[in-house]
Amino acid sequence: MASTACFVIVSRNDIPIYEAEVGSVLKKEEAAHLHQFILHAALDIVQDLAWTTSAMFLKSVDRFNDLVVSVYVTAGHTRLMLLHDSRNEDGIKSFFQDVHELYLKILLNPLYLPGSRITSSHFDTKVRALARKYL
Amino acid sequence: MAPLAPRSGDAVFASVERVNAELFTLTYGAIVRQLITDLEEVEEVNKQLDQMGYNIGVRLIDEFLAKSNVSRCVDFKETAEVIAKVGFKMFLGVTATVINWDAEGTSCSLVLEDNPLVDFVELPDTCQGLSYCNILSGVIRGALEMVSMKTEITWVRDMLQGDDAYELRVKLLKQVPEEYPYKDDD
Repeated sequence: MASTACFVIVSRNDIPIYEAEVGSVLKKEEAAHLHQFILHAALDIVQDLAWTTSAMFLKSVDRFNDLVVSVYVTAGHTRLMLLHDSRNEDGIKSFFQDVHELYLKILLNPLYLPGSRITSSHFDTKVRALARKYL
Repeated sequence: MAPLAPRSGDAVFASVERVNAELFTLTYGAIVRQLITDLEEVEEVNKQLDQMGYNIGVRLIDEFLAKSNVSRCVDFKETAEVIAKVGFKMFLGVTATVINWDAEGTSCSLVLEDNPLVDFVELPDTCQGLSYCNILSGVIRGALEMVSMKTEITWVRDMLQGDDAYELRVKLLKQVPEEYPYKDDD
């Protein structure tokens, strides 16, 4: 179950609104920056790919060494991006669907401005629990 | 009359028109959001919500009395029971419980376990002092004032600020006898 993973939610304006390192392996300092860099670089590819398919789950969009980027695009063009090294596609798809539901609940909060940072610690705890469950 | 109230609350709720709960919650959320944007001060927003609730309450009491057919309450204890069981049920779809009566019977607490106004809401750090449901305190105050009771209503517990339920403290200040509206000497 040892896997490194970096999960980022990027809004439609390409601003990251949430990020979490969800690996069960201790992360090194440089690796964290590298993960974010890879995810941002993949955004262009995601943009093109998103318009070609009507599915929400775009499987693996990009590769870097042995790390794979998987992306799930919501109806409002918010991208849930996961950088990981495992091959568990079904688990990743379920993880994305559950996080999507949590994200919808955040959106329903009238005091939340869509596109701003998600600061809710409740959301953070839940996402980490889901990551431990599916990844 | 008290044993009759819980039953009639459900009956009235079944007979009035209802609206989608999410629409109601989201509309209320939009109102609060807009007030925060316009007024910027959390205290001002609280006061404004209370005032809005008061305006709603003075009109709501007529509809409540017309639709629910409750008889005249003999004392404040019964009034509180009727508000908690019939009133809340009719307009919000949930019932409250009445606890913590003080020695004279003029002050009590209404406890709400779940509250449809606050579904999905989480207070951000910038709005920590916000009484999100302050409109409810205004509604009760306005409604009771129209039936000759001056009350003071404060929030004791608030789930959005970390407690486990919503508790409203209702204190009867005085009962104002009904005044003859026309001056005699004209």
